[in-house]
Formats: sequence, structure tokens, C-alpha cells
Amino acid sequence: MTLSDFLPKRRNQTAISILLTLLATISLGVIATARAEPVNAVWLVAAALSVHALGYRIYSRFIATRVLALNPARITPAQAHNDGLDYVPTNRAVLFGHHFAAIAGAGPLVGPVLAAQMGYLPGTLWILGGVVFAGSVQDFLVLVFSVRRDGRSLGDMIRSEMGALAGTVASVGVLMIMMILLAVLALIVVKALAHSPWGVFTVAATLPIAVLMGCYCRFFRPHGVLEISGVGVALLLGAIFLGGQVAASPYWAPVFTLSAPTLCWLLIGYGFIASVLPVWLLLAPRDYLSTFLKIGTIAALAVGILVVHPVLHMPPITRFIDGSGPVFAGKIFPFLFITIACGAVSGFHALVSSGTTPKLLASEPDARLIGYGAMLTESFVAIMALIAASVIDPGAYFAMNAPAALIGHTATDAARTISGWGFAITPDTLNGLAHDVGEQTILSRAGGAPTLAVGMAHILSSVIGGRALMAFWYHFAILFEALFILTTVDAGTRVARFMIQDALGALAPALRRTDSWPANVLATAIAVGGWGFFLVQGVNDPLGGINTLWPLFGIANQMLAAIALIFCTVVLFRMKRGRYAWIAGLPAAWLSLCTLTAGFQKLFSPDIKIGFLTHAQTYAASRDSGTLLAPATSIADMTRIITNDRIDAAMIGLFMAVVITMILCGIAAIRAARANPSLSIREVVHDLPLLRPHT
Amino acid sequence: MICHCFGHTLDITALSQKIGQTARLMVGVPDYDTYVQHMQNTHPTQTPMTRPAFFANRQAARFAGGGMRCC
Repeated sequence: MTLSDFLPKRRNQTAISILLTLLATISLGVIATARAEPVNAVWLVAAALSVHALGYRIYSRFIATRVLALNPARITPAQAHNDGLDYVPTNRAVLFGHHFAAIAGAGPLVGPVLAAQMGYLPGTLWILGGVVFAGSVQDFLVLVFSVRRDGRSLGDMIRSEMGALAGTVASVGVLMIMMILLAVLALIVVKALAHSPWGVFTVAATLPIAVLMGCYCRFFRPHGVLEISGVGVALLLGAIFLGGQVAASPYWAPVFTLSAPTLCWLLIGYGFIASVLPVWLLLAPRDYLSTFLKIGTIAALAVGILVVHPVLHMPPITRFIDGSGPVFAGKIFPFLFITIACGAVSGFHALVSSGTTPKLLASEPDARLIGYGAMLTESFVAIMALIAASVIDPGAYFAMNAPAALIGHTATDAARTISGWGFAITPDTLNGLAHDVGEQTILSRAGGAPTLAVGMAHILSSVIGGRALMAFWYHFAILFEALFILTTVDAGTRVARFMIQDALGALAPALRRTDSWPANVLATAIAVGGWGFFLVQGVNDPLGGINTLWPLFGIANQMLAAIALIFCTVVLFRMKRGRYAWIAGLPAAWLSLCTLTAGFQKLFSPDIKIGFLTHAQTYAASRDSGTLLAPATSIADMTRIITNDRIDAAMIGLFMAVVITMILCGIAAIRAARANPSLSIREVVHDLPLLRPHT
Repeated sequence: MICHCFGHTLDITALSQKIGQTARLMVGVPDYDTYVQHMQNTHPTQTPMTRPAFFANRQAARFAGGGMRCC
């Protein structure tokens, strides 16, 4: 049984497409022309679903049949190397679940929340347009190209189709984006948990629960992963209730009240320990918890939005499209397009699509549902995050996301400043909201997670529990995000460790051995030091860190997408399908333009809020004349700020160099492919399933 | 167990098996019965791994080098 069994067959396909087009047009019309009165979120859902359906029915079919000519008779790696373990022909509905669980993470939940400062319309249009023409196309093409190359990784494929230079540059790019990604994710957790005893208690409770699950799977019932995960989720819900008691207790609350710098160092230490411990003890069981909680919560949010059909209080467009917004600085172009990365297009998916999924694909045409379809689902998650950020009072949204340097430290100051921006709010409303969600304050909790949690609590408490359970749902949402972010941090640190060991192995072969403790500890320390550096910098940043780090992450992620799409363009030319190369070439050009423009502005903009070098120069000039600039309280602070600016600028410069090198390598490869009269792809073709003995 | 609803025949047992398989594969554990079937069909002389060994093997593989999930 597959999804298609539930869909009507042989109906008039054209009529369905026309109806979908009408629905998409009307819904987009409603949300785009709303001015006087708030719009219902259902219109946003309708617009998203109909655009996704049209993209899937028309564009992905065009790519599957005309561009790639997917062939059900062609042997996939899963058939050729079937071993029941790594290579298994898998039912496409089952594989869809696996692939979606691997690509869905915190990215599509955070980016849209930050982008909501410009109103919900710009974000919606980019999420929908981006996914249909760029994000899903990238995931789909990379999956198919990997399937046709025996399931090889993106880095390997770039090396064989574009040359050693392009391969090495792309690998360096991947390692850099990992460091920034892990730092920005860890920073989101720090921002959500700082001074929140309830949150710290529930997240800390995941450690003993995970160890319990790990021991159960190791020593009692190794395959009982589903039953023990059920127990784990039940224990977590219990921990959330208990967390409320802890936060209310005069004795325990101070124990679990931690400052941002303390949390930052705890996370760095934890990340180091978690990634050198045996995986069965902590990493694997927490991975089970976070995966199931993630899928369950996404489903619950979708049901909640449909049942509650909340009204969007955020205007469709705010004045902050001019670049003066408090959440992130910079105009709609290019900064909207790098702020919302995952959900519209995410370079990271190219790594997943060339990871385990191509080794499990039963038949080539299934790649359309799994590559294109799963990314559409992720885009829907991004739309839900945008809805959750837009259903809360816009004044409260800005209070939660603007840094303290702009709105001050008290509800009174914040309400005055934000009302001055045109989003009327009273101090009582802000205090009331903090009380409802069981926190002392909701001010300046940038990073997306708390905003999303308030929006989710708003929606879910309307279904179950009302205001009495609002605090429970808020901490449920915080826990769910913290849990899967921490799992990504551990798993990412391990991946970075292996990549670093691989690179160090070129210098000293002994360092490559993954079973060697000194090599293991050294590479882990380098990996943790890499993201830890940016985390410390973010935590100490007077503008809240997210302001600085999220654009770096967005540029890096979109840079990776540009690399993947340039690779796809090259392959299409080498396949002699150059007349269709625009399907990858146009999004590659757009993402290159966005990342290079954003990078250029982050480097050289004369606006001190955007340009790293201008910021560094201003502070350096002030330091030399002996005056301190807020928030620095000493000359040492000034020096630290200047150093951070210059390191960030160097990172941006490196990202830009990577993009430019890849563009040049891509152009050279395309010219060579066009000059070559025959096919030049390096595909692997299996005539018959190979029967290989196990080794 | 078979359920007839809205003109469709729904095999609840098969559906719940599919959901279980999907949930396991989401955390990197493929179907054990498929593996045993494969071993019997193509390598009848070899003894397949036991269920616990199979689980430990897949858990180690998921986090060995790869294991990359998205942001």
C-alpha cells in the first residue's frame, strides 16, 4: 500500500490542475491584498498546499520525464548491492518517512520566525517560490545523480565530475558551514534556556532518560527501540510537569537558573563528552527521542492550525523591509533570501540526498516523491513556523526578538520603544504573556525557538487545556526544539570530527585512525573548539549574537546550495541535456547572486549594523582615541569586539572565495562538456543485480 | 485485520507494519525480516545475524562517520 492508493486515479488531470491553480491564485490574492483586517491562517495553508501540489504535479513531472528520463527498468544501487543492511530496496512510503526525518530540523522553524519581522508575505512568497524552483529541484537532482553513481556522496561526485580542485574547495566549504551551523544552533538553545529554570530542568532530564533508554536497548531488548521510545516520551512529558514544580520551588528554582555564559560553557563541555562517548549510551537514544518527538510535534502543529484556524496578527508587510529591522539588519534583497534558507532551499539537503537515501531507493521513478516531495513537506513546516510567529501579537513578537541593546531590560522600556515603532503594546501585556508561559521575562529571547514556542502554545492550548496548559505547551515546544538541536550538535560534532581526522590524516596517517583515542580526542577538540569559538562570541555579543551569526549561517547554507546546483548544472551539460540545464542553472545563479551580494554587504557596507569591517573600524578608531563604545566596558572588551568582527569578516571572505571558485570551475566544466561531442558523465550502470558475497 | 471504509479496503495489520517499519527506518534501523529473507535467498549457507546483533550493527553504522542529519 502506498500513498497513491488513496488518490483518485484516471480522473481528469487537467481539471484538477486548473482547480489547484484557481485555489492558489485566490488564496495568494487574499493574503497579498489584506490591509485593513487580519487574515485567517487557513488562507496561508491553502496557498501553500495548492502551490506545492501544482509544483509536484507539473514541474516535478517535467523534470522526471523530460529532463532526467527516469527509467523504472534501470537497476538502482539498492537492487545491485542488496545486502539487507546498507542497501535495501525500500517501499517508497517508508523511504519518504526516513528521508523527511533526515532533512527536517531546526532550520525551517527558525528562519521563517526571524523573517516575520518583514511581515508574513515576503517570507511566504520566497518559501513557496524557492521550494518549487530551487529547493525541491536540488534535492531531487542530487538524489537521482547519486542513485546513478552507486549512491556516492556529493563531495565524491563533485570530485569526479568537476575535478579535484572543485572537490577540495567544496569539502572545505562543508566543514566551514558545519562549524557555523553548530554554533548558531547551540546559541538558539542558550537563548531559549538562559534564566529559565523550567527549561533547563526539562532539557537536563533528557540526559538520564536517554541513558536509561540506551541501557535498555543495549542490555535488555536491543530491538525494542519503539517501545522504549514510547516510554521515553512519556517520561519527558512527566519531566515537563515536574519542571513547572521546580520553577515554582524557592529552593530548586535558583539551582536550575543559569546565565547565558554558564550555559554556553556547559554546552561546549557537553558537546565534547557526548561525541566521544559510545553512541549507544547517549547519542543514539536521544536521536530516537528527538526524531519521534519532531515528527509528532510537526503533525500536532498541522492539526492544531487546521482545527484552531488562527488569525494572523502580523501585517503582511511591515516597515522593516527597508532594512532597519531589529531582528536582523539588511534589506529584503538579499537578506530575506539568506535568512530563510531551510524551507525554501537548503544546501545541507544535498548531503542527505547523497547519503543513505540513494542506497535505499527501490526504483528510479520513486526519486520524484522522495526527493521533490519530501522537500515540499519541509517547506510546509516552514509555512507553519511563519504562521506560529504571525499569530502572536506583533508587539510581543518584537519584544521577544529585538536585542536588549535596542529595547532595554524592562517591560516598560520595551513596550515604549516597540509602541514607538508602530506596534502598540503595553507592559502589562508583556508581563502577562511571560506569566502565562511560566517565565520571568520574554524580552530579547532571540533565536526563533521561544517565539515559535509561544505561537505553538497559543495554537495548541486552544485545542487542549486552554490558558491553564499554556505554560506546559510552551515548555513542550522549547524541549522539542532543544532536544533535536542538541542531537544535531552531537551528531554534527562527530561528523566534523571524522572530516577533521580525514584531513589531518593527510599530514600524519596515524591521526586518521578512528579507533585511536588520542586522534579521536584531538579531532573532537578541534571540532568543538571551532563551533565553541563562535558560540562564545555569540553569547557575548551585545546585539544578541543571532543578529550576527544567523546571516553567517544563512550565507553558508545557501552557498552550499549554490555549489550543489552548480554541480547539477554541470552534470546536465555532461549528459547532453544542456537545453534543460536552466532548471538547475537559474536557481544556482540566483543563490550565487544572493550569497555574493549578502557577503559583499556584510563585508563592506558603510552601515555599522551590517558591515563587519565598518563596525571594526568604528571601534578601532574609538579605542585609539581612548573612548569606550557601548557595550564595551574596558579596552579589552573593545579589542575583543574588533577581533570578532575581523574573524567574521574573514569567514565571509572565505565563503565568497568558495562560491567564486565553484562558479569558475562550473563554467570551465560546462565549456569542456559542450566542446566534447559525446557524453562525459561518470555514471555507474548495472546490467544485472550483482550478487556479491559478504566480506 | 481488514477494514472497509469509504469504498476502500484497508488492511490495518499491513498498515501498522508499514508504520512500524517507517518509524524504525527513521532512526536508522531497517527491517529485520527483510534482511533475514535476503540472507536466506542469496546466502543460504551463511547464518544471518541475530536480532540484537543486527540492531547493534545498524546503530554503529548510523553514527560511523556519516549520520548526517539536517539543520
